[in-house]
Amino acid sequence: MKYYSYFPGCSSSEGTAVAYGISTRAISSALGMELIELEDWNCCGSTPYSSTDELQSVSIATRDLALAEKTGLDLVTPCSACYTVLNRANSQLQQYPDLKDKVNEVLAGVGLEYKGGVKVRHLFEVIYNDVGLEFIESKVTNPLRGLRIAPYYGCQLVRPEPGFDNPHNPQSLDHLITSLGAELVPFPLKDRCCGGSLVISEMDLALGLIQKLLESAASNGAQCIITVCPLCQTNLDAYQVLVNGKFRTRYNLPVLFFTQLIGLALGIEPKALALDKGVVSAEKILAPFTKVAETAM
Amino acid sequence: MGKTGHNQTATIDRDSFLEEVYSVPGGESIRWCIQCGTCSGSCPNVTRMDFSPRKTIALIRTGKRHDVLNSNSMWVCASCYLCTVRCPKDVKITELMHALERLSVAHGVTSSRVSTPAMYRAFVDSIKSNGRTHELGMMMKYYLSAIFTGKMNPFATIKMLPVALKLFTHGRMSIKPTKIKGAEQIKTIVERAKALGGVQ
Repeated sequence: MKYYSYFPGCSSSEGTAVAYGISTRAISSALGMELIELEDWNCCGSTPYSSTDELQSVSIATRDLALAEKTGLDLVTPCSACYTVLNRANSQLQQYPDLKDKVNEVLAGVGLEYKGGVKVRHLFEVIYNDVGLEFIESKVTNPLRGLRIAPYYGCQLVRPEPGFDNPHNPQSLDHLITSLGAELVPFPLKDRCCGGSLVISEMDLALGLIQKLLESAASNGAQCIITVCPLCQTNLDAYQVLVNGKFRTRYNLPVLFFTQLIGLALGIEPKALALDKGVVSAEKILAPFTKVAETAM
Repeated sequence: MGKTGHNQTATIDRDSFLEEVYSVPGGESIRWCIQCGTCSGSCPNVTRMDFSPRKTIALIRTGKRHDVLNSNSMWVCASCYLCTVRCPKDVKITELMHALERLSVAHGVTSSRVSTPAMYRAFVDSIKSNGRTHELGMMMKYYLSAIFTGKMNPFATIKMLPVALKLFTHGRMSIKPTKIKGAEQIKTIVERAKALGGVQ
């Protein structure tokens, strides 16, 4: 069993991406991961705070890093935005020593100090590198044979920090799909933007971006899309009805978290994976696999 | 004399805006920009921007403070970082966009045409009061402010209803915000950061 400090982020803990949090919990022990939720974590601040005030936003994010530093464990988050923002705080503190001094002066007021030693990691990267696809493949009892999946990386898993996967043409999620026995669909727009939180303030702009993504997946024959980001899932899933209205299209593409598909392939009870939380229902396309999982129980 | 004076003022303005951008985290990297336009060609939202990322940098260099900070360009940046990873000179363009958003608000010259600042404020307020983002509360606050400031037609929000309802019936919208135990700590952090006068 490997131990990690766990940072669910606001949307996966109880908000629009609650299915992500539930399915992460459901698969973690089968993958040999012990996720210990960071005590009393606060919102990372996300892009809105970094666009508002630099010292406040970095200080807020560093409160989480300081709390995590006490655990001595890597900090793992399933949310691509939290991943980018917490990593950004780390790199800003490293790059600007004056900023680090000020942030620690701010945090001293709440009895905290951050030395700078926490490694922030994305849940998908941890599963890919620490657990490994070979291990996952060996545990597959319910291969997702014939299921045509488009791998959607979104932006902030692979950018801006290089290192984990190619920021221009990532491959890791592609490999996961094939290791679960499913069929990988070509998806040229796999690392393109869904609009993120601009879907709220610039809806027309975001719906245009979402439409391109859905078209790219659908025209290549995908039956569903898998994502690694709460915001991407909500934008592609919940806003699909508005895309269809605006562009007179008839997309009907379920958007699932990669954790849900790993769980299904590992034979974990479908109910424990919160598969019914999708606005676009995945019931029909997953029927051949959920039945197998249920009878195996 | 008049003419010289005018030129002097222009030089000071240009230098002060450029120095200001250089002095904020992320801003210093525009020194290396060679105006190749790779950023603009990579941006998914460039067609909606008053000035492309490349042109924004060119305008900063010529000291066009008001034009840049009053534009909508940075407010339609979705932080996808494609420009940043493609830039051949390692200019941190996404960071620059965030820095320009902060400067625009700090100087009080944000364009009234843009809606994103109000959304960001609603988001940040949610964190300040609870330590967490409450999606439903944040969105309601934003939509109300957008309607009251005339940026959004009340009927336009009706379009959002099917989305909100579906999220709600699927158990994805929590009604009550969650307050962390350390919510007071968040307030203290914000106050102390303000007292220190930010990053400058």
